[in-house]
Amino acid sequence: MRFLLDDEQRAFARTLDGVLKAADTPAVARAWAAGDHAPGAAVWRRLAEAGVFTLAAPEEYEGAGQLPVDTAVAFVELGRHAVPGPLVETVAAAALLTRLAALGVPGPAKRLLPSLVTGEARATLALPGTGPYVLDADAASLVLAVDAGRVRLAPGHARVRASLDPARRLARPLPGGEVLAAGPAVEEAARCALRWAALTTAAQCLGVGCALLDRTVTYVRQRTQFGVPVGSFQAVKHRLAEVLVGLEFARPLVFGAAVSLGDEEAWGDVAAAKVCAAESAYRSARAALQLHGAIGYTSEYDISLWLLKARALRGAWGGTSQWRARAVPPPT
Amino acid sequence: MDLDFTPEEEQFRLRARAWLAAHVPRAPLPSLETEEGFAAHRAWEGTLAADRWSVVSWPEEFGGQGADLVKWLLFEEEYYAAGAPGRVSQNGISLLAPTLFDHGTPEQRARVLPPMARGEVVWAQAWSEPEAGSDLASLRSTARRAPGGWRLSGQKTWSSRAAFADRAFGLFRSDPRAERPHHGLAYVMFPLDAPGVTIRPIGRLDGRPAFAEVFLDDVFVPDDDVIGAPGDGWRIAMSTTGDERGLALRSPGRFLATADRLVRLWHAHGDPSDTALRDRVADAVIGARAYQLFTWANASRSAAGEKLGAESSLNKVFWSEYDIAVHEAALDLLGADGELTDDGERLPPRPPDASSPDPTSPDRTSPDPTSPDPAPTDPAPWTEGYVFSLAGPIYAGTNEIQRDIIAERLLGLPKGRR
Ligand SMILES: Cc1cc2nc3c(=O)[nH]c(=O)nc-3n(C[C@H](O)[C@H](O)[C@H](O)COP(=O)(O)OP(=O)(O)OC[C@H]3O[C@@H](n4cnc5c(N)ncnc54)[C@H](O)[C@@H]3O)c2cc1C
Repeated sequence: MRFLLDDEQRAFARTLDGVLKAADTPAVARAWAAGDHAPGAAVWRRLAEAGVFTLAAPEEYEGAGQLPVDTAVAFVELGRHAVPGPLVETVAAAALLTRLAALGVPGPAKRLLPSLVTGEARATLALPGTGPYVLDADAASLVLAVDAGRVRLAPGHARVRASLDPARRLARPLPGGEVLAAGPAVEEAARCALRWAALTTAAQCLGVGCALLDRTVTYVRQRTQFGVPVGSFQAVKHRLAEVLVGLEFARPLVFGAAVSLGDEEAWGDVAAAKVCAAESAYRSARAALQLHGAIGYTSEYDISLWLLKARALRGAWGGTSQWRARAVPPPT
Repeated sequence: MDLDFTPEEEQFRLRARAWLAAHVPRAPLPSLETEEGFAAHRAWEGTLAADRWSVVSWPEEFGGQGADLVKWLLFEEEYYAAGAPGRVSQNGISLLAPTLFDHGTPEQRARVLPPMARGEVVWAQAWSEPEAGSDLASLRSTARRAPGGWRLSGQKTWSSRAAFADRAFGLFRSDPRAERPHHGLAYVMFPLDAPGVTIRPIGRLDGRPAFAEVFLDDVFVPDDDVIGAPGDGWRIAMSTTGDERGLALRSPGRFLATADRLVRLWHAHGDPSDTALRDRVADAVIGARAYQLFTWANASRSAAGEKLGAESSLNKVFWSEYDIAVHEAALDLLGADGELTDDGERLPPRPPDASSPDPTSPDRTSPDPTSPDPAPTDPAPWTEGYVFSLAGPIYAGTNEIQRDIIAERLLGLPKGRR
């Protein structure tokens, strides 16, 4: 048992951190929110070069083999830097197509996976039971929907609606379009895609929570009131200590879920990761807002980019109660 | 990154499981906060020790198996899954022993550790005083130089299990002229039946004498019973508090077993439409898993040579709050029976159905009909566990103090006024 990232995985995190810092992701997120997808597309290309989209696809489709732990490492960084776009959706779509291929329906994977893996295409995806919307359909080249036992390539999307996170936009996929796959394999592939979506969302939440905590710690050390840093007040310290406890116990759940993701029956770990990471990121957001005072409550200050994302991700792919239900089998 | 155990570790786990299945008493022992229960628990320590299971992580020469951290964690999982009794020797094993391994003399180790491992000498921790709780360094009890040793005077309090224990270890002011309160403290071991020692048991919340006051009136201890240099007590004591807050006190096995019992209680009596309560059951399962994985991550870090420090404060806050939440959920599930402290009338079990776990499965999360692990619907273990859990945020350094440590040492926030 070695429940520890290896040197390569740590180096991967550092590389992504460097790439994203250089890309000025807060500015990218603001542009994305304003409907300008060009800077986001540039970041997307750099992430693709770093291999982020190869991690959910097998080698025969230009992937790196399915590597959930490395994927989780990447999504923590994506969350830490508030990178916008249908990132989770693209990875979940890749997992869906990969699973379909493994179940004997290779056509859609052959056709669509290589472009997702190289970053040429962005996908967005709706899965059964997790809400009617797809994320950022206006910025995606593929709109996939799984419903009524079929995987469809939707012909487009209805009106794009604003999320409370300005960098997210939601739309219903239009009905009809090409049916890529149907039959019993679809249901299983959708379950697999949902596990990948939950894992990557949980990892993203962890990153969001850590970014909020880091920024808040920096802020309260430097902001003074009553002649001392506000970070020296115990009420402030204890609140941040609680946030760290929450995040540090969510982290092993996220990586534990990554390790057991391949196990068809293992919903427990991924459910635990989704619930715990979402809740602890949300608590981090609440503390961050409170401890920044009024400055935290402005859209001008960058912390707003993470604050509302924490709330949006908490409900994405099913809310915490839905995932808690998956963590314990019900009494009958 | 993996969660796979080596064949050797798996073998160790199975060996522990088989031993426990053969030896864990069929009926739960009486509470260890009673004289009768204390004796029964002491005998259980002896049974464990006879086959080297009382201190698996110690070197063989002191009665252990030289097991590494991972094996110790596996043993603890098996221990609690088997419903084995609580450990009356815990204070000695988790606090004094690591101190002796790090700071004791070979003579002290040879003299103190084997009888501790066998449960023949049960140790109490005598740190707190009436005026020195969170601010432990302000303690006033004294050690005065005497020919061949020291004379202890003063008063200690809240000393767990001191009502029935044999010996105690604690801090005493050996140099009243030291400039700072943390200096000039001696770390001393002393017998609880020595002339000059008076013990007054104190009833905890439910009246059981779980801790005691210890009055010391000119009690002689030889030099051999001072650990380290006489003025170095604070540093020595602090070097082992991490053990108290962290793993040694609460390994994940205990909470995994409790979460498992809670799920069984939920299956037996949960109202499927009460999703609020279901969510709390889920949080208990999630929390136990988080604690287990957090511990494994730390075990991996420590195996990779990293030194763990203030992280034990994260641990302490997590398990103590968790323990209360699990027991609260259980009491709420039990409804009116959640205030009973005896097992007199049991709730009628729900009829078995296809969804109940298969008792023949090797998976340890299934109920084992031969295990003394109490039926999850018996209120007494839950109410007793609840009362015990309430103290968690207070002992081993209050959670307020732990949050200070987390904020200052892990987050780097400025020190405030204490
Ligand atoms: C069940 C149980 C078993 C125990 N067993 C032992 C034992 O075996 N041996 C032993 O030596 N001791 C034992 N203790 C004592 C325990 O270590 C102390 O109770 C603990 O250190 C707190 O001290 P206190 O009770 O004097 O509370 P105080 O220190 O008086 O604290 C009272 C309250 O004020 C808060 N407070 C104090 N200082 C600060 C601060 N700087 N910032 C914020 N809040 C603060 C505390 O957190 C607490 O909430 C036990 C206690 C319990 C409940």
